[in-house]
Amino acid sequence: MEAMPTWAELVFLLCAVGFILALKGLSGPRTARVGNLVGAGAAVVACVVPFFYADLDHVVPILLAVAVGTAIGAVGAQRVQMTQMPQMVALFNGVGGGAAALVALLELKDFAAVADLVSDVDAAYLVATGFTILVGAVSFSGSVVTFAKLQELMTSRPVVFPGLPVAFGGGFLAALVLAGLIVSEPVVWAGVVLALLGLALGVLLVLPVGGADVPIVISLLNAFTGLTVAAGGYVLQNTVLLVAGTLVGASGTFLTLLMAGAMGRSVSNILFGALKGGSTLGSGEASDRPVRSASPEDVAILLAYAEKVIVVPGYGLAVAQAQHTLRELVEVLGERGTEVDYAIHPVAGRMPGHMNVLLAEAQVPYEQLKEMDEINGEFRQTDVVLVVGANDVVNPAARTTPSAPIYGMPILDVDEARQVVFLKRSMRPGFAGIENELLFEPQTTLLFGDAKDSLGKLLAAVKGL
Amino acid sequence: MNNDVTWLTYFVLSVFVGIEVISKVSSTLHTPLMSGANAIHGIILLGAILVAGHADGFALAIALLAVVLATVNMVGGFVVTDRMLQMFTRKPRGKVKP
Repeated sequence: MEAMPTWAELVFLLCAVGFILALKGLSGPRTARVGNLVGAGAAVVACVVPFFYADLDHVVPILLAVAVGTAIGAVGAQRVQMTQMPQMVALFNGVGGGAAALVALLELKDFAAVADLVSDVDAAYLVATGFTILVGAVSFSGSVVTFAKLQELMTSRPVVFPGLPVAFGGGFLAALVLAGLIVSEPVVWAGVVLALLGLALGVLLVLPVGGADVPIVISLLNAFTGLTVAAGGYVLQNTVLLVAGTLVGASGTFLTLLMAGAMGRSVSNILFGALKGGSTLGSGEASDRPVRSASPEDVAILLAYAEKVIVVPGYGLAVAQAQHTLRELVEVLGERGTEVDYAIHPVAGRMPGHMNVLLAEAQVPYEQLKEMDEINGEFRQTDVVLVVGANDVVNPAARTTPSAPIYGMPILDVDEARQVVFLKRSMRPGFAGIENELLFEPQTTLLFGDAKDSLGKLLAAVKGL
Repeated sequence: MNNDVTWLTYFVLSVFVGIEVISKVSSTLHTPLMSGANAIHGIILLGAILVAGHADGFALAIALLAVVLATVNMVGGFVVTDRMLQMFTRKPRGKVKP
């Protein structure tokens, strides 16, 4: 590879600064959008630079490939429903990891060619190359499995089979041996096998993770891809790749820990908890224990004559696309003089912050969205809590049942309110696959049906009072 | 300074910067931040372009595949993040986008 001219290095430096500012911007509500655009600008500039200094062959095919990728990425990103955001991010992350692994494989091929002639390739490059191939492949296949879990193409429950820990451990050891082989002598076939092993390890890594924890794993794989790109940057001796990849790797790891903390879980518990057999999981089937259900009219009266109502929205609300109907209902109740707030659990929806995105989409005023710590003291003075399509985040088992997979997760203290109304489609448990005792408590009323349908009927009934 | 040590220096400093810049993020923004960071590592496109520009035959095909994948990561990532963030920055009670 030819030496990089100084101007190109300086532009890359500016792009690296751009990525730092982008991350900084993304972590504040007012600056987030600008931050994202700064990041996009820096990325585009960085990718244009090599066309001006690197004396590239095949410029036309490369530009065509970029055009194809742009079309796929932009259309996918525009079409995706906000509810399907987590799996889309997983997919984008996976293809990035895959690209990094392919780049490293090609570099290995070049090293192999050089090694025949001079046998003087720096071991550190080869270590980085092996790392990129392995972790890039893990990130790719792991992301595909998270996508399948969230899209419900496969079961979202932990998949464990008896030989799994052995298979994972064995695969990991084999990968280390292969990486050692690559370092001692760069051979392409070893790289290809390493990539295949990485693909298998990625699948084995994500299979035992339960549905509710999958978003944390997406964040972790995102950090993996960042580190992969950083290692790729070292292999290619390119500063902007190294810096950008490391920034994402570090911030992604930190973000993963923050998210896991918000759910009261540790990352190792999320990844390996199911393997230890430490969690007892519910049957995932509907229970036939008696519950109290009511008609929309009954619930409308309950709501209309309450002084204080708190709405707990969950993923079920978003799936039914009922955010707009819910906002209308809350507005009508507000006009009647009822005080209504939304209680947003940090992991409501499928990813931390996901519910805020979904409600913002429905034009719910930002001030009505109360975070968990802010609102948890208020349930005691609340007449009615309306739980719409949420389950795990209000399940008292998180406080009381040490064997539950969600044990230790901070929850909304809905059980302290005078009345609790659940809008549910069926008695099926939530994403974590465990039964919610709150459903059988005396203060609880259930309104069965599709969330949008039920909310529509509630709205009509409240208006009619 | 040894060249490899220089690279190690870049790496270690970037780790600290990466953690520092996002340390005060509120949980509301976790999803967009993850998505935005995800888009940033799409910069591997730069690496894919460099490799594709010096490859031939089968290697070129692989490199072009890497270019496509990396572009999907980068473009898709930034667009999807912008779509999410667009919803946070609506004017109060203003015009509504469909």
